[in-house]
Amino acid sequence: MPEEIRPVKTCLVVDDSRVVRKVARRILEELDFEVAEASDGMEALAWCRTDMPRAILLDWNMPVLNGIEFLQQLRREPGGDKPVVVFCSVENDPDHIGQALEHGASEYIMKPFDSDIIESKFVEAGLL
Amino acid sequence: MTFDEIHALADLVRRRSGVIVDVDKTYVIETRLAAVARRAGFTTIGELIRELMHKRDETLTWSVVEAIASTETQFFRDRTPFQQMRDDILPALAARRSGPVKIWSLGCSTGQEPYSLAMLADEEGGRHPGMKLEILGGDLSERCLEKANSGLYTQFEVQRGLPARLLVKYFDKIDDAWVLDPRIRHAVQLSRLNLLTDIRGSGPFDVIFCRNVLSSFDPPTRKAVLERLAGVLATDGYLMLGINETVASPAFRAQPDKQGLYVRDPAFQAAA
Repeated sequence: MPEEIRPVKTCLVVDDSRVVRKVARRILEELDFEVAEASDGMEALAWCRTDMPRAILLDWNMPVLNGIEFLQQLRREPGGDKPVVVFCSVENDPDHIGQALEHGASEYIMKPFDSDIIESKFVEAGLL
Repeated sequence: MTFDEIHALADLVRRRSGVIVDVDKTYVIETRLAAVARRAGFTTIGELIRELMHKRDETLTWSVVEAIASTETQFFRDRTPFQQMRDDILPALAARRSGPVKIWSLGCSTGQEPYSLAMLADEEGGRHPGMKLEILGGDLSERCLEKANSGLYTQFEVQRGLPARLLVKYFDKIDDAWVLDPRIRHAVQLSRLNLLTDIRGSGPFDVIFCRNVLSSFDPPTRKAVLERLAGVLATDGYLMLGINETVASPAFRAQPDKQGLYVRDPAFQAAA
């Protein structure tokens, strides 16, 4: 029996901090994701227009287009309802979390995070 | 710690709680004892152990036993037991019971398991109108129960296993703490409980969660505790063990394809 070939899962990491993107990339690659990076919502939107990822790990506060504005625009794009969005932000109050969920995010990670938190939230979101 | 001290300590913990201490994991024992020593005003762990062995201070003894025997936990730990509760166990009990359904969470530590069950019951309440749940949580550790009773959790704790949707539905944030909805907190009754001595006379329970507890006991203790649990479980009740725990006991039968789930064996006469 040939080994089952699993489709490649991509995750777009959107964060204005290069360090955060690097840490998230390492964790997500361990979880068998192919990782792409964007440093703000506008860059992320451009990326999505070329190639919709399976998952998006999304920061809130970013220059140009912040996380929630990006999410609103993404959902209006063709195929933009498909990606599973997990917020990952220093904003850690119920209002922000509630707002993210209302706009169609599946899960919410409060920074700081580690690999266990990412893994368990991705399981919650049905990505693993 | 010396070889003799570690073995004396392991013996004490086993006699008091049934828990078998891995004497090779010195670092784990030392980390847990360091906190006890600090709170009790000792400068070193050695001092704490000498005091423990030479004087019979019950309060100090129990704080040491509790610190070593306590286990880690998280909300909705392992997920599947809670899915089984939602999809199989609660619907079955809702159909069979007219009175309250009694659930016991044993080794509940800082409360995440019984509170997860209470949140689940609240979410599912609409599907089973009229069903009333009584959820009891028991643990050996007073310190863990105090924390459970407070209903306060850290950001770290609410990110483990708890979906964001339930976090915003059932928790409020005050300063750095996440505060569990008092309605859920009051749905659970917590009490101190030693599995070696305090099982008889309770119940009957419809569901007993006793996860990742028995595997820290030696085989004879495990068998004895299981048989006592059989004595307080309703004849058509359910026993939920840890997801990787398999326990051979004449009192229980494993449920095929349901990891960790057991039912009473009707042929076994429980010595309740």
